[in-house]
Amino acid sequence: MSGMRGLSVFISDIRNCQNKEAERLRVDKELGNIRTCFKNDKGLTPYKKKKYVWKMLYIHMLGYDVDFGHMEAVSLISAPKYPEKQVGYIVTSCLLNENHDFLRLAINAVRNDIIGRNETYQCLALTLVGNIGGREFAESLAPDVQKLLISSSCRPLVRKKAALCLLRLFRKNPDVVNADGWADRMAQLLDERDLGVLTSSMSLLVSLVSNDYEGYSSCLPKCVKILERLARNQDVPQEYTYYGIPSPWLQVKTMRALQYFPTIEDPSTRRSLFEVLQRILMGTDVVKNADNQRKVYAMKFIDAFFLFAHLLGIVNNYICTCIYIYKERDILLPCHLIQYFSHVSLDLLYGMCDVSNAKGIVEELLQYLSTAEFSMREELSLKAAILAEKFAPDLSWYVDVILQLIDNAGDFVSDDIWFRVVQFVTNNEDLQPYAASKVREYMDKIAIHETMVKVSAYILGEYGHLLARRPGCSARELFGILHEKLPTVSSPTIPLLLSTYAKLLMHAQPPDIELQKQIWNVFKKYESSIDVEIQQRAVEYFELSKKGAALMDVLAEMPKFPERQSSLIKKVEDVEDTADQSAIKLRAQQLPSNALVLADPQPVNGTPPPLKVPSISGIKLDHESASQTQSQPNGDLSKVQSQIPSADLLGEMVDPLAIEAPPVDMGSHQRVYREEDGIPDEVDGTAIVPIGDQANKVEPIGNITERFNALCLKDSGVLYEDPYIQIGVKAEWRGHHGRLVLFLGNKVTSPLTSVQALILPPAHLKLELSLVPDTIPPRAQVQCPLEVMNIRPSRDVAVLDFSYKFGTSMVSAKLRLPAVLNKFLQPLQLTSEEFFPQWRSLSGPPLKLQEVVRGVRPLSLSEMENLFNSFRVTICPGLDPNPNNLVASTTFYSENTRPMLCLARIETDPADRTQLRLTVASGDSTLTFELKEFIKEQLIAIPMGSRALVPAVPVPAAPLAQPPSPAVDANDPGAMLAGLL
Amino acid sequence: GTDDHSSDLFWESRINMIHFVLLVSRQGKVRLTKWYSPYTQKERSKVIRELSGVILNRGPKLCNFIEWRGYKVVYKRYASLYFCMCIDEADNELEVLEIIHHYVEILDRYFGSVCELDLIFNFHKAYYILDELLIAGELQESSKKTVARIISAQDQLVEAAKEEASSISNIIAQATK
Repeated sequence: MSGMRGLSVFISDIRNCQNKEAERLRVDKELGNIRTCFKNDKGLTPYKKKKYVWKMLYIHMLGYDVDFGHMEAVSLISAPKYPEKQVGYIVTSCLLNENHDFLRLAINAVRNDIIGRNETYQCLALTLVGNIGGREFAESLAPDVQKLLISSSCRPLVRKKAALCLLRLFRKNPDVVNADGWADRMAQLLDERDLGVLTSSMSLLVSLVSNDYEGYSSCLPKCVKILERLARNQDVPQEYTYYGIPSPWLQVKTMRALQYFPTIEDPSTRRSLFEVLQRILMGTDVVKNADNQRKVYAMKFIDAFFLFAHLLGIVNNYICTCIYIYKERDILLPCHLIQYFSHVSLDLLYGMCDVSNAKGIVEELLQYLSTAEFSMREELSLKAAILAEKFAPDLSWYVDVILQLIDNAGDFVSDDIWFRVVQFVTNNEDLQPYAASKVREYMDKIAIHETMVKVSAYILGEYGHLLARRPGCSARELFGILHEKLPTVSSPTIPLLLSTYAKLLMHAQPPDIELQKQIWNVFKKYESSIDVEIQQRAVEYFELSKKGAALMDVLAEMPKFPERQSSLIKKVEDVEDTADQSAIKLRAQQLPSNALVLADPQPVNGTPPPLKVPSISGIKLDHESASQTQSQPNGDLSKVQSQIPSADLLGEMVDPLAIEAPPVDMGSHQRVYREEDGIPDEVDGTAIVPIGDQANKVEPIGNITERFNALCLKDSGVLYEDPYIQIGVKAEWRGHHGRLVLFLGNKVTSPLTSVQALILPPAHLKLELSLVPDTIPPRAQVQCPLEVMNIRPSRDVAVLDFSYKFGTSMVSAKLRLPAVLNKFLQPLQLTSEEFFPQWRSLSGPPLKLQEVVRGVRPLSLSEMENLFNSFRVTICPGLDPNPNNLVASTTFYSENTRPMLCLARIETDPADRTQLRLTVASGDSTLTFELKEFIKEQLIAIPMGSRALVPAVPVPAAPLAQPPSPAVDANDPGAMLAGLL
Repeated sequence: GTDDHSSDLFWESRINMIHFVLLVSRQGKVRLTKWYSPYTQKERSKVIRELSGVILNRGPKLCNFIEWRGYKVVYKRYASLYFCMCIDEADNELEVLEIIHHYVEILDRYFGSVCELDLIFNFHKAYYILDELLIAGELQESSKKTVARIISAQDQLVEAAKEEASSISNIIAQATK
């Protein structure tokens, strides 16, 4: 490339310039030189001109103004020889843009090259127009360019340029390509074997259909064919494979073109496309561990995925699709690929996480954390923490993740994150020794983050004694290793360390005089700290620890935390609430429905605050703890309550992020201490611990009676719910048998223990409940089948006495079970021929009972029909000629009675909907009575709850006006009926 | 043109176009610029100044995409050179990242272990090759072999013209002796 010595010399000179000033001088000199030469145009050979034009481009790149030379560059386009022409074209297209006036001057020369026979000139011209051609070019050149594109005599070299050139012209002026005339040609172009031409043509198609797909449907099957050809690697020359993948760019473009068609009508095309997409999405062409290939694969994946989403018609829920696909594929993109993903992709990853892939995703995130952009780290760590919490296969893994997170990126780990892990450890006894030993390991590191010091100090203070027998874990050693960190921490951490020292001292068994001396020295040292918090703690712990055994009570282990929604999730939701399609929301919506088979509408964001409902049958606090709180001898109850750090519900509402701090606020001890100041021997430390439960009053969510009533009319739904548990019911009834399954779902991340379910059966039911496990693991659901047999008709209700323990609080509820009379009814619709003989044969009490019912909830006739049908007493329309009356029938099943036909008639008064006359008849007097009472209850008790009734339909007028007192007509069943009553 | 029918699609703004290509050295020297969208000289200078500032100051392990003024800039560093391409926000950045790599591979094949110096002294070659790779901000050719073939044919044309020119000047020189 020694072609242009002058140019090389110039470039060297520039490179040798010591500073910007020198460079400017050298450039100015050169520009002067070029100007002079251009002025004396006559003596300038094309070669020299070419050299100067290149220099101009170089100077332009250096950032200097070379406007004076535009004309010279443009004029080279018309040069007769290739080398000059080439430079003219390239430099022009670099220096000018479509808005430059000079460019117009070149249109003719360019057109001459396009329509000329020299294909190298054609290429140069098409490239220039494709890169900087504007509207005027579009208008004057589009037909010529189209001609070249479809010409059979042109080589691919020219045609692929023509395709992109036309694309540019189309973008500048969409009128230049008309679907009517062009669509068929476009479709022909897609038959092209040359992949270069095909790639360019596909770009053109994308542009055309993105503007308006109509008219281009003939291209659709061809696109699918191309995709098939590539995906199956058929007829793809080696040079068109990129890291083993057949022209991935063409694949991407083809998939994008397909995205613009709203539907694919032809079933076989559609099927083929799905097959291809599946192939692409499943990554069958990817060799494991080939990084480059995976990158290419990822690039295809995105478009394949969009197309797939599009075809499935769930465009707006593309995150769902992503989750779907990832589940299907069971493939995780490697870490460096995630690195390419922006925030959006982080959301995606976050959104697609589930139990099956959580471990992989969280580990990827952790790995990525250390290399991620600073601006992303906080978000990353927050999301990793949430995923770890949500999907932890076991809690020790969760602890590992959080500690690793703090270790890797302590600066980006907000307090919420470590508060949360402390909360988990506190609430799960099994986890405590593990967590303690884990933080103990971290303490051996030379430099650890202050957050790690905090979390370690807290955990070792509470649970360090569980490690006492392990080497290096005696109270004295723990103190030593923690105290080493003290000089490195900031003052807010010191009070926490002091608390830990006090706890270590208390737990030291046997009492360690040497340790006491050391710790006392620390306390004494800080007695005069200028930080009030430090000073106060030092003074108080010192005083307290002198009390010896009394310390045990004051510094007892922290109580369990009330379960509630993770503040972390809240935090993310706060941040992303605006994004409607946010992955988190989708997850949040999915989670509760996964948790329970029964699909009762759930509040979206996890556990809502317990609703205050008028207490009915259900729930009350365990007597023991209730009485304890009430009969607290220490008169200062309100004060003690306010000491429970995490019970500050008001504070939580005001400040959504500042919750769930571990109870490091040792202020409680201070107050206790002050209270007892006068009476130092009577430390009532017990006041602190169990009262924690009292703040924790468990209220059912929703109205239990309404839930029961709703379940009387349907066979699945929620029977009971509180912040920790949800009990669902699903039932099947056959004759006098029933099978009811109770779904006990633990909603929280701690186990529910001492689970008990006792059935209190009424005399008429045989009930058999399968074994209920003692413990429901975190987030697990347990199914307990209950066999029911109906012995005789009765309206008595079976009661489920359910109780469990959460933390230290006992929760119990007495729940009516929806194994009620109407469950043993089978709908039955009778004709008048069947109905009336029966009705007549049951002539009066006790088999037929009649009662005027008052205080009926006003229901329209159609609402009443719906009500009867809903408890399986079937309305037989048209049997009663009076449109204000209803006639109904059903069959009752019990062990003692044979399947028993039941009949009913309801006469309503259109003038007064609050009363009606009810007549019930059956072959069993008890049944008649019970059924009548049952129907009455349904009509009076208004058990409708939330059940929406069908809007009232106007009662159709009787075809013929009934005479006020009809004469008895033996052929008129209505009259017969009236006569019988 | 407007995208009426696709307004309900979330990829509606995907034009799939590279707006410009920028090669800049670690020292901030521009080695190549190519603009597929109309930018004035002033805008070009501003873009170069701003982007090289952002990219050169990014840590080596950060991701290859920058959200920038409503666009997305995909960049990758090869030795002392940063290759940047600017695309629409909704565009497929992985695809463009591979286009960059593809370009680098072609340069490498042409120069034989390409280095920054090659691109300084033969910057015009970098432009030729880019023109065989991209037109209208779209990928034109994905076969390295095809691009290499075309470039070498062009080189031959230039060489042939030079030989012809020198033989003519020889003749003239002979004649005027």
